[in-house]
Amino acid sequence: MTRRARYEAQQRKRSLMIAATSTLAVVACIVIFVPMTPGWEKVQRSFFNGAVLADTFPKLLDAFKINLMIFSWSAPAIAILGLLIALARDAKSPALFPLRIFGATFTDVFRGVPVILTVYLIGFGIPGLGLPRPWNSPYIWGSLALILTYSAYVAEIFRSGIDSVHQSQRSAALSLGLSERQVMRDVVLPQAIRNVVPSQMNMLIALQKDVSLLSFIGPVEIFRQAGVFKSLTANFTPYVGAAIIFLIVTIPATRYADYLMAKQMRDRS
Amino acid sequence: MAKTLSLAAMTLALTTSAAFAAGHCAADKTLTEGKLTIATGNPAYYPWVLDDAPESGEGFEAAVAYAVAGEMGFAAEDVVWVRSSFDEAIQPGAKNFDVNIQQYSISAARDEIVDFSMPYYTAPMAVLVSPNATDTEPTLDALRDLKWGAMGSTTAVPKLANVIQPTSDPLLYGDNADVNAAMSANQIDAALFDLPTALFLSAVMIEGSKVIGQFAPDASDNPDQFGMLMEEGNPLKSCVDDALVALTESGELAAIEATWLQDTTGVPLIDF
Repeated sequence: MTRRARYEAQQRKRSLMIAATSTLAVVACIVIFVPMTPGWEKVQRSFFNGAVLADTFPKLLDAFKINLMIFSWSAPAIAILGLLIALARDAKSPALFPLRIFGATFTDVFRGVPVILTVYLIGFGIPGLGLPRPWNSPYIWGSLALILTYSAYVAEIFRSGIDSVHQSQRSAALSLGLSERQVMRDVVLPQAIRNVVPSQMNMLIALQKDVSLLSFIGPVEIFRQAGVFKSLTANFTPYVGAAIIFLIVTIPATRYADYLMAKQMRDRS
Repeated sequence: MAKTLSLAAMTLALTTSAAFAAGHCAADKTLTEGKLTIATGNPAYYPWVLDDAPESGEGFEAAVAYAVAGEMGFAAEDVVWVRSSFDEAIQPGAKNFDVNIQQYSISAARDEIVDFSMPYYTAPMAVLVSPNATDTEPTLDALRDLKWGAMGSTTAVPKLANVIQPTSDPLLYGDNADVNAAMSANQIDAALFDLPTALFLSAVMIEGSKVIGQFAPDASDNPDQFGMLMEEGNPLKSCVDDALVALTESGELAAIEATWLQDTTGVPLIDF
């Protein structure tokens, strides 16, 4: 080992020690001082109540299946609609100008309106027009509200991906005799989609939380179920239970998105 | 009737205001000395509070609140109204009200976190059906096949699950207005409310809907009794309880109920 390597190893050891000590100090502060606050006992009973958690957790898990169900059909629909909107905004032919206007209006409107308002408006409004059962189900129309809102965001991300493919590639492909359509399908999109995968992962994570907004129009998914338990027990612990379930799903997904993002940075540099 | 009531409360308050300073039950126990801060819902609904204006003393809970305040020695002008949501009422820590009155059902689980006064009303649960289900028989068998809705924050939810046991999963909502919207959109056939609320909704909010039956309040092992909510360990509880006992014994509570909730008779009972 050279002197330099020894010095560097020593430095690494030292910073590791400092990091460990400061982390321990912060954790100790939280663990020791928070329970010393006068209201801690009440907060603990209201938010971290073991008995309530044990009682409600299995039923919360059960209700989470509804979230997964809504998520499972909304996510693919959003990917498809989002891509179509992005392509509509990218239409080059003058005859397709109305499509571009439509795409722009769509993203402006659905990105600008709060999701919950869209959920109410479509979830109660459209069935209110007099649709027969089961076509007036809040599952259908609530999902549509999510799909419209998220497609607007996803379309913008796809569009940025399409823009990120350099114009010279299109020109090169065209000069090889490919049609506009082939250029988009075989040259631009494969690169564009790969470029935006990390950003789209973030949208998936956001969507998986926003599925809970459907609880406002009836479906008893995990957030509503937790709210019911909260009311019956006058205790917020069920919400904490719901948060734990969300975290079990979202933390791995977030880590994966981070990993993809880092990988992309490496590949580009 | 309301005028005479608040007049009575005021005269009562005038005669007792001297005694108040000399160690009345509520002395030193309220948020603001000499004032009683009462919370209600935002908005507060008919027939509990008329026109969302509890200061008028009109509506069942507004009238009860003034009667209790009077009994405790507060003049009508010493009653301060604030608004609170359910979540604010149950959060740990200091409250911005002395008592909270908004149809809180007393239950053992809730009682561990907050304090309740003696019950001031026993509310039967009632079935409100949408315009196209008004010919449903008020029997459990017929009710079971309806598509049900309810407010997610009420004790109607366990009642639905345990007593009616509908064949399809009920849909749950955040407040009365959303239940209305779902009923208007024909997403649900029936909803479970306390009887006065059900009658109000059918009469005013949802055209063509009907209250087809009620569950006798004493039939279930857990009748829905409304109590005033207070912070856990609030010393005011004994004063509020004393006042409610006095109002019950004097018949004043029954009189207030007769004034504001008189229509609740005549709804058929559901057999089970």
